[in-house]
Amino acid sequence: MQTPFLRAVYGIALKDLQAELRSRELLSLMLIFALLSLLIFSFALELDRIAREESISGVLWVTVAFASIIGLNRSLTLEREQGSLDAMLIAPIQRAAIFVGKLVGNFLFALIVGALLIPIAALLYNLPALSLWLIGALVLGTLGLSSVGTLLATMTAQTRTRESLLPIVMLPLALPIVLTAVRATTGILSGQPSGDWLAWLQLLAFVDAVYFAACFVMFEFVVEA
Amino acid sequence: MNIAPNLSLSDVALEQPERVRIGVPRLLVALSALTLIGIGFGLYMALGFAKTDANQGEVQRIFYLHMPAFIGAFVAFACTTFGGFMYLRTRQTKWDSLALAGVEVGLALAAVNLVTGMIWARPIWNTWWTWDPRLTLEAIMMLTYAAYLVLRASIGNAQTRRRFAAVYGMLAIILVIMVILISRVKPDTIHPTVFGPSSQQARGTFELDASAGMSAALGVNMLVWAVLVPITLIWHRIRLNNLIERLNWLKARLAER
Repeated sequence: MQTPFLRAVYGIALKDLQAELRSRELLSLMLIFALLSLLIFSFALELDRIAREESISGVLWVTVAFASIIGLNRSLTLEREQGSLDAMLIAPIQRAAIFVGKLVGNFLFALIVGALLIPIAALLYNLPALSLWLIGALVLGTLGLSSVGTLLATMTAQTRTRESLLPIVMLPLALPIVLTAVRATTGILSGQPSGDWLAWLQLLAFVDAVYFAACFVMFEFVVEA
Repeated sequence: MNIAPNLSLSDVALEQPERVRIGVPRLLVALSALTLIGIGFGLYMALGFAKTDANQGEVQRIFYLHMPAFIGAFVAFACTTFGGFMYLRTRQTKWDSLALAGVEVGLALAAVNLVTGMIWARPIWNTWWTWDPRLTLEAIMMLTYAAYLVLRASIGNAQTRRRFAAVYGMLAIILVIMVILISRVKPDTIHPTVFGPSSQQARGTFELDASAGMSAALGVNMLVWAVLVPITLIWHRIRLNNLIERLNWLKARLAER
């Protein structure tokens, strides 16, 4: 008897969220990293008033991408160290359900970090924050990053070099996500008419859909045997 | 005992590779000779036969190598995707050899494309490099396939390595196609296009004059660099891979005694 797909997804996501609620390990790692990165960038790029408007969305997305890499690494390494990945593989659930379940957890963590980062950046750099579109861009961008990230982190957790390998295999694949997300965010933050940047948001959604479908299908080859 | 370092015995002893012929197959020798002649003839067509471009002068001749090398790299990377797909379906190691050979040959041809492009860009765009979408695509494509090789190198178990490589090879081609699509939908590029209209910002055209022998020169070089060179190199690389696997197996057998 197989557990229905959605219930399995719910169970796995709930397990990740509960573990996180008890330890608060992942989110605190990601958040502190994100704040440090924001600080380092502002010194490194000497973000004054003019430079700020042009480069802040790039800084934001690079920070979110790196923070999600940290989170992904930790999440999948834990899974392996404690043998819970093997347990999930033995359980009578579909492999794709494991993928979606892990994806939901990783996506939520990345989204929370991004959602906390944007108001902080808005406060520190005096940006016009919080439009509904900005949240949309954040959701789409982190969803894409988590899709490829979950598949690749499952892969790298099984290799010899582990944590250090994930950024190398993930960053090239994250390029279309970061590229479109940055262009859309720049457009939204600088208050251009939506006609100028809506196409980038649509491209981002397209990239998300392609990556999600590809990773969904290929996940079972990554956790075999 | 340490005859084959970096090699865990259990990995190798599990599967005995098929017997491989030590000698070079005749067809491969003939194909290699044909490719060499083709490269020579292609160079003659590009450097001698085609007339000099009216606007750009002699430097335009590099284009006869530049674009065919990119198509050749794409052909090789397509072999990687196909090899990975077939490996996941059939689990035969020969398909994985094809995938690995495709990556290495593709990287070599992409490097040819990159270097020739930079040499062309210096006089025409007045810079070696610019963060143009097309150039960024080239850089990211090469880095992705370099990451493919790094990923392979860090997995000890042979079957896992082949499986992960197949998955990553497919993700990589998806990435390349998506970046090409994005750069077509949002063409803020100064790179001239060969197929379809160039963007308005494009500087330095790739318009070909058939009567000046330009189309013929491109056609010959396309045949050589996009068909003959990848096939010959991939075949050589697969043969090499078979020999390496056989050798490792023999070494492992020897160590067991």
